[in-house]
Amino acid sequence: MTSRQEPRYELRYELIVIGAGPAGAAAALEADARGLKTLLLDEVLEAGGQVYRAPLAGLSQLPASREAQAGNALRAALAASTVSSAFGHRVWAVEPGFKVFSLGPDGPLEAEAEALILATGALERHVPIPGWTLPGVTGLAAATVLLKSQAMLPGRRVVVAGSGPLLPLVAASILKSGGEVAAVVDATPRAGWLGQMPAFMTRPALLARGAGWIGQLLAHRVPLLSGHALVRIEGTDGVEGVHIAAVDAAGAPVRQAAARRIECDAVCYGFGLQPATELTRLLGAAHHYVPRLGGWTVKTDADQRTSLARLYAAGDGAGVLGVAAAPGRGRLAALAALHDLGRLDEAAWQRAARPLRRRLARAAAFGQGMTALAAPGLASHERITAGTTVCRCEGLNRETLDAAIAQGAVSLNDLKAATRCGMGPCGGRVCGDTAAALIAAATGQAREMIHEATARPPLRPLPLDQLVGDFNYADLPIPAPAPL
Amino acid sequence: MTAAGLRIAGIARGAAARLRFDAVEITAHEGEILASALLAAGIRTLRHAPGDGGPRGLFCAMGSCQECVVQIEGQRIEACRVLVRDGMEVRSLP
Repeated sequence: MTSRQEPRYELRYELIVIGAGPAGAAAALEADARGLKTLLLDEVLEAGGQVYRAPLAGLSQLPASREAQAGNALRAALAASTVSSAFGHRVWAVEPGFKVFSLGPDGPLEAEAEALILATGALERHVPIPGWTLPGVTGLAAATVLLKSQAMLPGRRVVVAGSGPLLPLVAASILKSGGEVAAVVDATPRAGWLGQMPAFMTRPALLARGAGWIGQLLAHRVPLLSGHALVRIEGTDGVEGVHIAAVDAAGAPVRQAAARRIECDAVCYGFGLQPATELTRLLGAAHHYVPRLGGWTVKTDADQRTSLARLYAAGDGAGVLGVAAAPGRGRLAALAALHDLGRLDEAAWQRAARPLRRRLARAAAFGQGMTALAAPGLASHERITAGTTVCRCEGLNRETLDAAIAQGAVSLNDLKAATRCGMGPCGGRVCGDTAAALIAAATGQAREMIHEATARPPLRPLPLDQLVGDFNYADLPIPAPAPL
Repeated sequence: MTAAGLRIAGIARGAAARLRFDAVEITAHEGEILASALLAAGIRTLRHAPGDGGPRGLFCAMGSCQECVVQIEGQRIEACRVLVRDGMEVRSLP
């Protein structure tokens, strides 16, 4: 007979930070340096998030990139601080007040704090096409995980497709690592990149880096197809080839143009990033739809405060501005929390925050330019055929969703109730944006009228036995039934 | 085309590890992510979809999409969140 497994920490902190990427780590370090008792949680085993993801232990590093150095510095700073870090802990619910529920390698962890900073990063956006569920198709972000932290190629002959800055980054990285890139297929017309030039010019070093990637692709004679998109991925057990067609500026296939087939054994496919809003939605913070920030995002003020007291959001989870802007946003959130908790007076706060706000404005211009570039055109959904699987978890194709929409399911909550779209294990993270685009297309509503679905805990599938622990039925207090 | 040779050359990796995925024995390196080790061994199909039963495998590589879920010692977990250990027994979902 054992009692329910006690949480390893049960603790009160002054601040909890969820997400140990560049923004979250910076927030935790700032708070800790100024004397706040801080808990930092992350699902993965080391700090760094996606961009500064640690290569695994035992792996000698590829030549130390800028990112590798920055990531190591971040991890070293955390190790040297008095931040309490709970890595390998997956947050599955948060309650106002705040109480954070997570599950780690040694069991459940429930922690409370008066202030909460959410820095949970971004998710990739997808445009479903026939065959996109085949093994061998991964996101662009997934490709960076394989390449950077696993020193693994996604395939021997890869098509890199979609839109946004991850396209040349992934393609160049594959080439550098000895793989072959069969084509880079960019839905954005070449003019789209030029249109964002004013924003890109604010960060010449980053611009030069991008030019370097393009240079490598040209040197290897990789076909760079702008204004093109995948319309089909083929294969029986896995990717064998793709069909590519020209698309107009809105992303609709150009009817007259012939589709072209390219053989490959892997596809890295994605259309930019969108903020991960599950936790902010769960807590009931106000959100707004801002395409240049990646779509739906929590509303924050200049100090990263949300509409809820003592709840802050930083990093790409609060609008996709990229890694350069992330540490500043994290620090601003921490400073605001310190001030709101009465631990930093007005003058000291402004002294610390002012330079950060200025730097952020500059970094934001570049980030927004990149995010705007990656946004799929408003007619991208025309590439989704009736038979294409849209909700991967539940196996729902476009035809099924369109039928439900036609019958009146004109919000994501309605569509979820009618079809289960968004109710599967991914919680709508993969399909939500597409489902919303389909509703907008069918009903003629603007995209900003289609709100995200209500978030429900648990935010990730949970093994029940780890939450519940061991118990005896004999221990359950069952009251005697009332007399009849 | 096979998935042979996906490990990037010239990188020292952790100690050799053997594991099984259903009936197939594969070799990998301690500390590699399971999904990545399976990919390198030519195993891309990790489960079959509800509905049409189509093959599914690694997609987001960050614990979000749930496509790479496998079973280890009776527990379901994303293969992209598990590090390889020598002697690991992995099953595809029933």
